[in-house]
Amino acid sequence: MTALARFVRQGVGWILPLLLLVVWEVAARLGEIPKNILPAPSDVGAALWKLSVSGEIFRHIYVSSWRALTGFAIGGSIGFALGLANGLSDASRAVSDTTLQMVRNIPHLALIPLVILWFGIDEEAKLFLVALGVFFPIYINTLHGIRTVDPQLIEMGRIYGMSRIALFVKVILPGALPSIFVGLRYALGIMWLTLIVAETISASSGLGYMAMQAREFLLIEVVVLSILIYALLGKLADSAARLLERVFLKWHPAFQLQ
Amino acid sequence: MNIALRDAQPAFSPQVRFEGAPFLAAPKVQAPAPDAGAAFAFQGVRKAFGPKAVLHGLDLTVPAGAFVAVIGKSGCGKSTLLRLLTGLDAPTSGAIAFEASGAKDPARLTRVMFQEPRLLPWARVVANVEVGLSHLRSKAERRRTALSLLADVGLADRADEWPSVLSGGQRQRVALARALASRPRILALDEPLGALDALTRIEMQQLLERIWLQQGFTAVLVTHDVAEAVALADRVVLVEEGRIALDLEIPLPRPRRRGSPELARLEGVILEKLLGSAA
Ligand SMILES: Nc1ncnc2c1ncn2[C@@H]1O[C@H](COP(=O)(O)OP(=O)(O)O)[C@@H](O)[C@H]1O
Ligand SMILES: [Mg+2]
Repeated sequence: MTALARFVRQGVGWILPLLLLVVWEVAARLGEIPKNILPAPSDVGAALWKLSVSGEIFRHIYVSSWRALTGFAIGGSIGFALGLANGLSDASRAVSDTTLQMVRNIPHLALIPLVILWFGIDEEAKLFLVALGVFFPIYINTLHGIRTVDPQLIEMGRIYGMSRIALFVKVILPGALPSIFVGLRYALGIMWLTLIVAETISASSGLGYMAMQAREFLLIEVVVLSILIYALLGKLADSAARLLERVFLKWHPAFQLQ
Repeated sequence: MNIALRDAQPAFSPQVRFEGAPFLAAPKVQAPAPDAGAAFAFQGVRKAFGPKAVLHGLDLTVPAGAFVAVIGKSGCGKSTLLRLLTGLDAPTSGAIAFEASGAKDPARLTRVMFQEPRLLPWARVVANVEVGLSHLRSKAERRRTALSLLADVGLADRADEWPSVLSGGQRQRVALARALASRPRILALDEPLGALDALTRIEMQQLLERIWLQQGFTAVLVTHDVAEAVALADRVVLVEEGRIALDLEIPLPRPRRRGSPELARLEGVILEKLLGSAA
């Protein structure tokens, strides 16, 4: 009872998930939830312990994170660069924007069969899909951010004799940043989603592979474990983006309510 | 003597007929630096946007250090006039001549203040003022100068805040400090107080007058408030149909008392002309 009271004091928000967990555990123990539908939380914990001791889980997490971040870095930097170029130069936009907007209408996951034909099930296939998925939100939002910077501020910068570089660094880029962050957070979501799908379909390592292997051997607690780890990694990426937002957008009225 | 010329023709056109131009020195209450203001003259300035002419051969000569108010109906070309004066636009024909003794950098001859403060929301107040100080090499000097400019407009204690936490009047004061940072010879003001409430407006008018008296630049204030025009200016010009329709001296001593009968009389003269032509 005292433990429960402490939890209540620490945060009412934790009561419900905790209660669910307890109900889930009890129901699983009593056989109310069949073992082949959902394992008990304690079974998932045991699976985590076993895979941690063998070190297997860390290898999968490492491989998946590496794929996610590398694909993100490739797609994100190309999207950012093209967004900048097309936002700043009318000529560049005239040449490439229509094409990019057309390609955008193809769901990138629909390319999976083609990508497997091109790259097999090697790393390139997964990096390509993640990069492609991440590219568009970053591109679109960078472009949009730059195109919608207040023209009165740009005129002010010109009046005060800012060079093109100063104008970019002091006016255009900071003005586009809120929109770029929207793209960043959206892209991080797409990044994990793409990777989950790609790893589930074709991989010989990584969390998705771990889940698929476990499914074959009916290790349902490992399947649930990999889902939870995906969720955790996604949350981690989102928190990192929020932190960056707090640092870079601290001037923004939305971030000034302490 | 230093003559800068801004006109529609190539730079070496024969329009340079300005040596020894008969600019008068404006009468001043205090005497700041003698060359603090610049004189300028619009000579038959025409400005058209496509087929639509906004200014039809406008002539206006303003001596150094004067305070001129420009009034007129909405859309009559007041902002256009200021954009030409500050070089943001070029006249379709005609010329604008400047006389600024000892001016070094023509880009810093004029500064403009708009109805919107146009502060960078992502730069602290002091950094916003430093935008006007890019001619200073040393970072420490820029900051020191910016802080003293902020003190001039009564905002020394807000230097490290974000612009978004300031009130409308305070933001306009930051914009004023930034405009004054490079010591312009001519300060063009495009309805800078238009968005402020009545009380803040009067405070800002007094601040503007005080700073103008101290620094001696030439002030050109566009306003739709006739009372504001007669309270601040030495001279009020009314723009109508692309020309100067009325050019009225306001020969009253400063500081002027708002609501005095003299001001009210002059205000009446101007309003009558403004409204009379509307009927
Ligand atoms: N860049 C522009 N292109 C076309 N028309 C313009 C432009 N700038 C101003 N005008 C027109 O010129 C006229 C005068 O505008 P403006 O100088 O802004 O008037 P105001 O006296 O209200 O400041 C208006 O009819 C406006 O529509
Ligand atoms: Mg205007």
